[in-house]
Amino acid sequence: MKVLLSRSVVCAVGLAAGFGLAGCSDASSGRAAVKTSSVTAVAQYAGTPARVRRMTQSQYTNTIAYVFGSDLSIGEPFAPLPRTDGLLASGASSAGMTAGEFQQLQRSASAIATQVVDKGNLGDRTSPRRDFLVPCKPAAIDAPDDACAAKFIRQTGRLLFRHTLPDALVTELTGNAHKGAAELKDFYAGLATVIEGMLLDPGVLLITDSTEPDPAHAGKRRLTANALASRLSFFLWDAAPDDELLKAAESGALYTKKGRAAAVDRMIASPRLEAGVRAFFDDMFGFEEFAVTAKDPKTYPMITGQTLLDSREQTLRTVVDHLITRKGDYRDLFLTRNTFISPTLAPVYGVPSSTGWSAYEFPQDAHRAGILSQISFLALHSHPARSSATKRGKALRETLLCQKVPPPPPNVDFSAVENPDPTLRTARERLTRHSVNPVCAGCHKITDPIGLALETFDGAGRYRDTEKGVKLDTSGSLDGKTFNSSEGLGSALHDHPQLASCLVKRMYSFGTGGPLSNADTPAVEALSAAFAQAGYRVPDLLRMIAVSDAFSEVVETPAAVKTADAGQQTVAK
Amino acid sequence: MNGMNRRRVLRGLLDGTAVCVALPLLNCFLNGNGTAMADGSPLPVRFGTWGWGLGLNKAIFVPQKTGANFDLPEEIQALAPIQKHINLFTGFDCFRDAAPNLCHKTGWVIARSGIAPANQSDLPGETIDVTIAKKISTTTRFQTLTATATGNVRDSYSYENAKSVNIADWSPLQFYSKLFGEDFQDPNLPDFKPSARTMVRKSVLTGVLDRTKELNKVVGAEDKARIDQYFSGLRDLERQFDQQLKKPEPRAACHPAKAPTEDAKPGLDYELVGQRHKMMTDLMVMAVACDQTRVFNMAIAAQQAATTKPGYDKPHHTATHEEPVDAQLGYQKEVSWFIRREMELWAQYVGSFAKMKEGDGTLLDNMLIYASTDQSLARLHQIDGLPMFTAGRAGGKLKTGLHIAGAGGQGTRLGYTAMKVFGLENTSWGTQSNNTSKEIGEILV
Repeated sequence: MKVLLSRSVVCAVGLAAGFGLAGCSDASSGRAAVKTSSVTAVAQYAGTPARVRRMTQSQYTNTIAYVFGSDLSIGEPFAPLPRTDGLLASGASSAGMTAGEFQQLQRSASAIATQVVDKGNLGDRTSPRRDFLVPCKPAAIDAPDDACAAKFIRQTGRLLFRHTLPDALVTELTGNAHKGAAELKDFYAGLATVIEGMLLDPGVLLITDSTEPDPAHAGKRRLTANALASRLSFFLWDAAPDDELLKAAESGALYTKKGRAAAVDRMIASPRLEAGVRAFFDDMFGFEEFAVTAKDPKTYPMITGQTLLDSREQTLRTVVDHLITRKGDYRDLFLTRNTFISPTLAPVYGVPSSTGWSAYEFPQDAHRAGILSQISFLALHSHPARSSATKRGKALRETLLCQKVPPPPPNVDFSAVENPDPTLRTARERLTRHSVNPVCAGCHKITDPIGLALETFDGAGRYRDTEKGVKLDTSGSLDGKTFNSSEGLGSALHDHPQLASCLVKRMYSFGTGGPLSNADTPAVEALSAAFAQAGYRVPDLLRMIAVSDAFSEVVETPAAVKTADAGQQTVAK
Repeated sequence: MNGMNRRRVLRGLLDGTAVCVALPLLNCFLNGNGTAMADGSPLPVRFGTWGWGLGLNKAIFVPQKTGANFDLPEEIQALAPIQKHINLFTGFDCFRDAAPNLCHKTGWVIARSGIAPANQSDLPGETIDVTIAKKISTTTRFQTLTATATGNVRDSYSYENAKSVNIADWSPLQFYSKLFGEDFQDPNLPDFKPSARTMVRKSVLTGVLDRTKELNKVVGAEDKARIDQYFSGLRDLERQFDQQLKKPEPRAACHPAKAPTEDAKPGLDYELVGQRHKMMTDLMVMAVACDQTRVFNMAIAAQQAATTKPGYDKPHHTATHEEPVDAQLGYQKEVSWFIRREMELWAQYVGSFAKMKEGDGTLLDNMLIYASTDQSLARLHQIDGLPMFTAGRAGGKLKTGLHIAGAGGQGTRLGYTAMKVFGLENTSWGTQSNNTSKEIGEILV
C-alpha cells in the first residue's frame, strides 16, 4: 500500500495538521503540535464507517448517462445537499429525502423511462432509443415478452443496482414488465414502468456500504467487493461502476493488491476520470453557488449569466488541464497562467476573443496568475455590485485551507463601523474601521489581509489599479507570510502547509463518502505525506486513496452498533 | 353534478355568441349558499405561509393604534389594499433561553417550530406547515408545496427535520409542469377514467417498498430514521397514485392558464424577484384553487436576505450592517427601501388569493396564511418584537383587520393559534420559554 511511507515524511506533513480559527485569535499562533503518528498505526486504525449515502445529482446524472446515453434529458430531481465538513458530497451520508423530493424523482424517472423506450420520430430525425438500449426485440410489440424483458432487466439492472441481480428480483421485475405490457398493451410501456420503479429503488438511489468479515484481519470488517466497486467508481468517476469493474468485484480481483491496483489504474486512465475530478473540485470550490449568483447589471453590464457559467467552466477546465492532462503540482494551480477563454470571458479579461473555448496563457504582466485571479473565485466571493475583501479572505481560508472562520457575533453594534464618510474610498480604508473595534478585529484580521491583496479585481473579476481614483494598496499577509500583490498571495498560498493537506482531507472525505473524524487523522496524515513525496500530483493522490486499506476497511461507529451475526453478510453495519 | 358540468354550462351560455363569463361564479359545484361543496362537505380550509427577510424598522413599521382600523406607518403603507384581510402582530418575542442567538436563524426557527436551534446546522422539530399538513393535507396530490421568489432552491422556511428541508420550487416553467403537466387531472372534466399506467406504477411500487423495509432491518441505528423517511416518501407516492385513480371533486375556481412560455429571469434585484414572485404566486393560487394541495409556502427572501436594489452596491443583508442610520430619519433609509418592497409583495401575495372567487367568497376566506421573518431589527440581530402577519379568515374562524400588540409575550402563540384553528389536538406548542398553550384570542371568532 503506497500510503505506508516513511515515518519522517509523516512527521513533516504532521506540521500541516489542522489548526482552526474558532476563536478568531491570531491564526499564526494557533498551530497544533506536531503529530508523529506511526505508519504502523495508519494500518492498524485504517478504515471508515459503513455509510448509507444518497446518490448526488451529479452521480445520478453521470450514471444515467453511462447506462442510457448522455443525450437523455434528466432534469435536476435531487434536493441540494447540506454542506458538511466542507463538502456537499459528505452531506449525502446524513441527508434525508422528503416526500416532495420523491415526487420529483418519480417525475424524472418517468421521463427517463419514456426516453429509454422511445420509438423515435422520423419527422424529427430521431432514432428509436429502444432499438439500441433494449438488447432484444419482443415477439409482439403489444404483448408481454418475458424472455426479452428479463434480458433487459438483467443487463440494465446490474448497472443500476451495481451488482448482478438475484434471480428472485429478476423474476419480480419481469413479472412487473409482464403485467405492465398486458395492461397497457405495449411491451415497451411495460418495460418503462419497470425502469421507473428501478429508478426509485433504494438499491439504486442509496449507496449502501455492505460489509463482510475481513479474512485478513480477524474481528474486523471490510466492504463487500461490490460495495468497494461502487465506492471506487463514485470516487473516481462520480458514477456507478461499469461492467468491467463489476466483473473485477465479482471475480474477487478487487481483493488482491494486484487486481485492485489494476482496476484503479484503468479507472484513472479512463476519460471518465474527468467527470470525477470535475465533480470533486466543483464541490470543494462551492461552485453550486453559481446557480444563484448574479451581478448588478447597472454596475457590471458586461457580466451576464453566461459569463458566470463560463467562469465556472473556465476554472474546471484549468483544473483538469493542469492536474490531470499535464499532471501538474496541485500547488501550482495557484500560480499557473495557463487557462481557457470563452467569447463571453474574453472582454472581462481584456484578451482577444475567438470562437468557442480556446487555450490561453496570460502574459506575465497581466496580473492573472492562478485560479485565485480567475473570475470564478473573484466574482463568486463578492457582492452583486462590489468586491469583498472579507468574503474572499474567508473563502480562501475555508475552501482551500480547511479552516473555519467564525460568523460575526450577533450583538455587535455595527454603527461603530458604519461609514457615512465619503472620503473613505477604498475597501482598505473602509475595512480599517473594523480594526478599531476589538470585537470585529479578531475575525477581520484573519480574512481582510488576504482579501485586500485581491482588491485589484472588482466584484466582477475585472482588473483595476485604482478604486475611486485612489491607487490600490494590495499588501497583505497570510499566516506570517507577507506579500504586496495578488501574485504574492498566490505564492503564499502555494507554500502554505495546509494547502495540500486540505486537499487530501477533502478528497479522502469525497472518496469515503462522509465527513472526517479524529479516527481518520492517521490515514490523512499518511496520505498527505505520500502526496508530498509524489510531488503533489493529484492522479497519484487519487490512486493512493483508492488502493489504501482505509478505503476498504470498515470501522464501527458507536451509533451503528448492532447485533448482526458476525459471520453473516450485512450492510452498513 | 346534477348532469351539469362547466363545459356544458359554457356551451349553453355561449350559444355561438361571444360573451364574457366569470368562470368562478359557476357555483353548481357548491351548495345553494356557496358555503360548502355540493355534496354538503365543507369547503376546505388551507394553511399557507409567507416568509420575508430582515424584519422591520420599528418606528415606521409598528402602528400606533392596536385593534381594528390601525394606522399604516410609512414602511407598511403598501398594505392598505389588503388591510382588511390581514392581522398584524407586533411586540411578540422569541426566547432563545440558553441557546445562542444564531444570526438570522434563531428567530425564524423559533417562530416556525417553537424551538430554539442549538447551532447553525440544527433545525429542531419540524415547521408548523409540516405539522398542519399532516392533519389537513393528506387527501390532495401534494401534501405541501413550497416556492421561492429568489430562484434559489435552498430558500425555504419549511423542514421535516434538520436533514430534510422541503426544497423550494423556483422555476415557474418547472412549477407549472409539476402542477399542471402530464399528471394533472382537471377536476372539472366530465369524464374520468382511471389511468392504466398509474395502476401499473402503483403496483411496481410494492416491491420497492418491500426492499426498503428489508434495508431498514440491516442498517445501523443512525440510518434507520433515514430509511424510514425513504419508506414514507414512497408511501406518499403510493398515496398520490391512489388519489390519481379517484375522480377528483369538481373545483369551480380551477382553470389553469397556459404554461408560461419563458422562465423568470435570474437575479436578486427586486424587479426580478417581484416578477418571479408574481409568476410563482399565480401558479400557487391556481394549485390551491384546483385542490392540488392544502398547505403551501412561499419565501420572498431567504434568511439573511441577499436581495438587491438596482444600482445600489449593498444587498439587503449587507445594508442592514453597513448603512448608517440616517440622523434625520432615525432609520436606515436603504434598508427600509428593501422592507417596503417586501411589504408590496406581501400585499400582492394576499391580494392574489383574495381575487380568486370561491363560493360566495374568495379563496382567501378559506385559508390562513402565516407570515414571519428572521429578525426584528436586523442591524443588531434582534429577535424580540419579531413582526408577524396572518391573512385570511380560515373559513370564518378568524377575524381580520386587527393589529395585535404582544407586549413581550411569546411569538409562538400565533403558531399555536393556527394549530388550534386547524383542529390539532396538541395542548401546547414550543419548548422552554417558547412553550405556550395560550391562543391569541383577539383574532378568534
